[in-house]
Amino acid sequence: MAENHPVGFQWVMEARERGATIIHVDPRFTRTSAVADIHVPIRPGTDIAWLGGLIRHVLEEEAYFKEYVLAFTNAPVIVREDFRDTEDLDGLFSGWNAQEGKYHVDSWQYEGAGTIPAAGHKHLPADAGAGADAPDKRPATLQERDETLRHPRCVFQILRRHFSRYTPEMVEQICGVPRALFAKVAETLIRNSRRERTAAFCYAVGWTHHSVGVQYIRTASILQLLLGNMGRPGGGIIALRGHASIQGSTDIPTLFNILPGYLPMPTTKHGGTLAKYIQGNRSPTGWWSEFPKYIVSLLRAWFGDAATKENDYLWGELPRLTGDHSHMTTVADMADGKVPGYFVMGENPAVGSPNAGLQRKGLRNAKWVVVRDLAMIETAEFWKSAPEVQAGEVRPEDIQTEVFFFPAAAHTEKEGTFTNTQRLLQWREKAEEPPGNARSELHFVFHLGRRLIEKARASGKERDLLLRSLVWDYPTQGKLQEPSAEAVLAEINGYTWPDRNPVPGYAELKDDGSTACGCWIYSGCFSGGVNQTARRKPGREQSWVAPEWGWAWPANRRVLYNRASADLEGKPWSERKRLVWWDAAKRRWTGEDVPDIIADRDPAYRAPPGVEGLASIGGNTAFLMQSDGLGWLYAPTGLIDGPLPTHYEPLESVVKNALYGQQCNPTRLEYRRRDNRYHGAYDDPAYPFVLTTFRLTEHHTAGGMSRWLWWLCELQPEMFVEISPELARLRGITHGGWATVSTARGAIEARALVTARLRPLQIQGKTVHTIGVPWHWGTVGRSTGASGNELLALVADPNVSIMESKALTAHILPGRCDRGRHPSTLGPTPSPLEPGDPRRDLPQVGTKRPMPTQEP
Amino acid sequence: MPVRGRLPTIAGVSTLIGRLESWPLLRQLRRSDPCAVGDTAATERTRGLRARIRDAGKPVRSVCPYCAVGCGQKVYVKEGKIADIEGDEDSPISRGRLCPKGAASFQLVTGDHRIRDVLYRPPGGTQWDVLPLEKAMDMVADRVWRTREETWEDTAPNGERVKRTLGLAHLGGATLDNEENYLLKKLYTALGVVQVENQARI
Amino acid sequence: MTAAKGFFTDTSLCIGCKACEVACKQWNQLPADGLHFTGNSYDNTGHLGASTWRHVAFVEQTLPEALGSIEPQGAGNGSSFGMRWLMESDVCKHCQRAGCLEACPTGAIVRTEFDSVYVQPDVCNGCGYCVVACPFGVIDRRDDDGRAWKCTLCYDRLSDGMTPACAKHCPTESIQFGDVEELRIRAERRLEELQARGVRGAQLYGQDARNQPGTGGLNAFFLLLDRPEVYNLPPDPVVPTAKGRESWTFAGLAAAGMFFTAMAGALLARNRSVR
Repeated sequence: MAENHPVGFQWVMEARERGATIIHVDPRFTRTSAVADIHVPIRPGTDIAWLGGLIRHVLEEEAYFKEYVLAFTNAPVIVREDFRDTEDLDGLFSGWNAQEGKYHVDSWQYEGAGTIPAAGHKHLPADAGAGADAPDKRPATLQERDETLRHPRCVFQILRRHFSRYTPEMVEQICGVPRALFAKVAETLIRNSRRERTAAFCYAVGWTHHSVGVQYIRTASILQLLLGNMGRPGGGIIALRGHASIQGSTDIPTLFNILPGYLPMPTTKHGGTLAKYIQGNRSPTGWWSEFPKYIVSLLRAWFGDAATKENDYLWGELPRLTGDHSHMTTVADMADGKVPGYFVMGENPAVGSPNAGLQRKGLRNAKWVVVRDLAMIETAEFWKSAPEVQAGEVRPEDIQTEVFFFPAAAHTEKEGTFTNTQRLLQWREKAEEPPGNARSELHFVFHLGRRLIEKARASGKERDLLLRSLVWDYPTQGKLQEPSAEAVLAEINGYTWPDRNPVPGYAELKDDGSTACGCWIYSGCFSGGVNQTARRKPGREQSWVAPEWGWAWPANRRVLYNRASADLEGKPWSERKRLVWWDAAKRRWTGEDVPDIIADRDPAYRAPPGVEGLASIGGNTAFLMQSDGLGWLYAPTGLIDGPLPTHYEPLESVVKNALYGQQCNPTRLEYRRRDNRYHGAYDDPAYPFVLTTFRLTEHHTAGGMSRWLWWLCELQPEMFVEISPELARLRGITHGGWATVSTARGAIEARALVTARLRPLQIQGKTVHTIGVPWHWGTVGRSTGASGNELLALVADPNVSIMESKALTAHILPGRCDRGRHPSTLGPTPSPLEPGDPRRDLPQVGTKRPMPTQEP
Repeated sequence: MPVRGRLPTIAGVSTLIGRLESWPLLRQLRRSDPCAVGDTAATERTRGLRARIRDAGKPVRSVCPYCAVGCGQKVYVKEGKIADIEGDEDSPISRGRLCPKGAASFQLVTGDHRIRDVLYRPPGGTQWDVLPLEKAMDMVADRVWRTREETWEDTAPNGERVKRTLGLAHLGGATLDNEENYLLKKLYTALGVVQVENQARI
Repeated sequence: MTAAKGFFTDTSLCIGCKACEVACKQWNQLPADGLHFTGNSYDNTGHLGASTWRHVAFVEQTLPEALGSIEPQGAGNGSSFGMRWLMESDVCKHCQRAGCLEACPTGAIVRTEFDSVYVQPDVCNGCGYCVVACPFGVIDRRDDDGRAWKCTLCYDRLSDGMTPACAKHCPTESIQFGDVEELRIRAERRLEELQARGVRGAQLYGQDARNQPGTGGLNAFFLLLDRPEVYNLPPDPVVPTAKGRESWTFAGLAAAGMFFTAMAGALLARNRSVR
């Protein structure tokens, strides 16, 4: 955190000075470790085992916050009889279908209750048994419970059995963390949790970039729920995200699988009617029962009067998903010539995405590419300066891609909002006009849209109906005809239709077409017609919550699920840690923050059995987005790879899974192609070391915004890799000299930074070395160097299609790189997914594994 | 009487003393700083030194464009140009502080790496050509339209209605504004483009 | 003169982010020094210079006695790993007795009303006497214009009541700016606090003349977590001009001695000849 979010880290330093203990878990000793109280070196890719060990410790020592767990989590809920755990099936859950390579999730459900997952899921809910079409559609609130937590099928007991073998000894074997250090961390964490104290987990892509990334976060959630650290000040699980508005681009997604506000994109499984789509996604209980209001208001905002009740608000005209259309899938298709047109805005996949060589192959096989950025980046110049072009393997003359580079406006040259990592929208004012022909993306997309709508009006074709109907009447201003960002924000906030009066918040949205709203969770950001995101009351003139600086979704609430900060009666668990509470005199929830519960819901209120809608939300509901209002220690639905986190080795690992016969996440997303080779074995001398990627304070992601700045380049001028003195000795690598790092995808050269900040670990009786690889560099800019992403593979977590970049296998040799031909330049290749062995698992070294044959 | 012998006026005297005062040696003697290790040797420029944003007026309130912490920035504009970017002390998030990247954002926006023209590289080309903005926009619109026409699918191979194109894709958004992402998603969905992605996936 | 202003750089709070280096370059519009991968931990700046007025030093230390130990020292310095990574943002010390200032023959270097030491670029003729007179190697001449440059304590910002750029932007308040008197008190208190927490090796560097007679004390002083040499700081810096009077005295004595010897010799010779 000190490395990549130094200014956010000021709060950690301040907490440290006030007596907080800082524990840093990282394979490398970083600038964060340097100021932490405890540094835990861990083998990359083993955090589920590590956190699972802590969960087991908390359960076995009965150190959980019992009142909290009973009040707010699903610990007492009974799960179906046919559920089988990974302990029963050697690393698989019940429902595994080897032929399809996926789980059927019926058996994971609560006994007798159908459950719709909360927001953020992809096409899963449309799958049989995953909620939407659950055979038993009884509301989730009708679950069977055992308040004594003794029933063998209650979540609590399942959890206990599931993690029973995650002992300190096992943690030591898997993670390389000594038992004494484990005990120290466990003791510190428990001592600083529960009623009077809270502990927070901060994470970044070190947790998400794994083929089991989502389950990493799930493991932390379980731990934090058990310790009573959720929804309370100083608690929580805090995602430290890497781009100014990466949260915003998830909320208002430029993502394939969701619409604004985490409404799922329609899939073919939703059929042709809005009613079926709503049925598949609306939960009868909990806040998600409001779902119809949000989708209808969105369609009204987009298609205006053309969207009517009679024509299903044009829902049937929306494009449909048929599977995974994520970045990696698109790029693989592009490399095969299936995607002719590509827009890239403010991103640099030619060096910033995994298997960079394959990314560039995709660009070479597109017909036209539009790149918008501040400076020249590798993605715009792949035809000129890419490694394969420099090596003469590909000639620019042979690359038939048309490339457009549009200069973009900088953050000071346009108005608009970023959403930061704590869900806070902050409005930026404009300082000056962009230089030359540089324009904002708002300008680009608005004027491109204008042109396309004109074409649609001229065509009269049925497929152009949505385009013709699009509400696209944003006022423009100034010489450059810049569209008004405030007008767009007002639409995002929502207004009444057709008179366009701003709505005060999402509670006022309707499902009858009388309101329009571009993103329901942002509703309220323009309440009263006032741009709430532009509020800048100085922090020092406000309470510690600082509610009048910017605007946080939802409803300007700063801590999600803060109802959990008070007990069942609505009294804060602890005066030290009070945040919201029930004011019995006024019969309202109140507090420092906006309470995360219906404001006048009496804590004593319990939903009558079978009731639906907002009335199903009891006064004891702390997690009201969940259909049962509970914090999920066990996720009966919403996840593709299991209801509980399970330690799987990364796709590429140096050791065998010590816990199960199942080596890797069985549902991982693979791209089996010649130009995306996997090192499909463990314990292989060809790739004996672990590779993990990292970032530096002095640079930004793929370098587009830092490698052109002298002031930053001089601070970290060259690509390097970090290795331990032991590994350097082993391979004969000298400090400051050249080293070549290779994986199954290719090889790169870099300076060797030999440092004791990396340390070999003892894993299952063998010494495991880790190579640290930063990935900021590329071929363009003022500081150039090899891209770490040349080494990575397309392989992903099945839930969110996020790549595995934090743990893979590699080799390192002294000297410069004789790179040889990169697999991505070998010409067009087919990409059929081989029917792997039944469990889609990895063979040990020496086992022959079929590879796709090359097409003639 | 001839003017030549006239006594200097009082104003003249004070000017003279002022001139003499600007002579460091006199100041040194007057302030008993013979070695000139105090401020007696300060020049006009030194004495007049002021912060360059002193007369820049009210700063523009902005937010750092790098990571997602969301540090407040104050952008000072002087004569139509950005003169300085400072951390915003009012921000309850950052309290006026910036990291090296945030502190370098002045160079990010004012540096000579910024490209001012639309550039175009034709198929098989070996160099960039400059295009007028409007023409380039027309060309892109034409290509979007043509590719969409060529790759449109009303139904998937298995007969299910999909009403989309897989021939177009988009990447990027985490560095853009919410308003921009909103219009992008709105336009792409209306176009039937589903392959829309950004760094949040990476 | 207003109260003396200066920096208290508390290295126990430094996270090595280098915001100070860039904030300084931004405000003072300093050029980059070129791209040099040093391999010296994360320190690719190397040293202070004409265009680098803040420099973050990185020191990687293995602590053999702590190897295998998992006891945190309560220091928050990561030492449980068996190593420490020390970071220190170095800067011009604005010495009470400034060698550069005393050596400057042109009056280009002045002491300001904030008790800081300021090089006036409109006077400096690039003679370089100051460069060798600084016991810390802070001040340097720029290759292109030949003039000497160093930290100005953001003299221009101070004139308008602003905080120097490095201190203002330091994320963790490792660089603190203020009245030197008050900073000294703060530093003493901080030292006691760290010592009470068991941080071995914590010490102040140059906070007053008693601590550092050779410079008369520094207006920009430090709290270090190890001996100054570890950070490449001189343990006992002495301003060369401090020896000036002594040197002249010795030279005078020597000259007098030689004179008397010569006179005595002459007298003796005459006496002898008279005999």
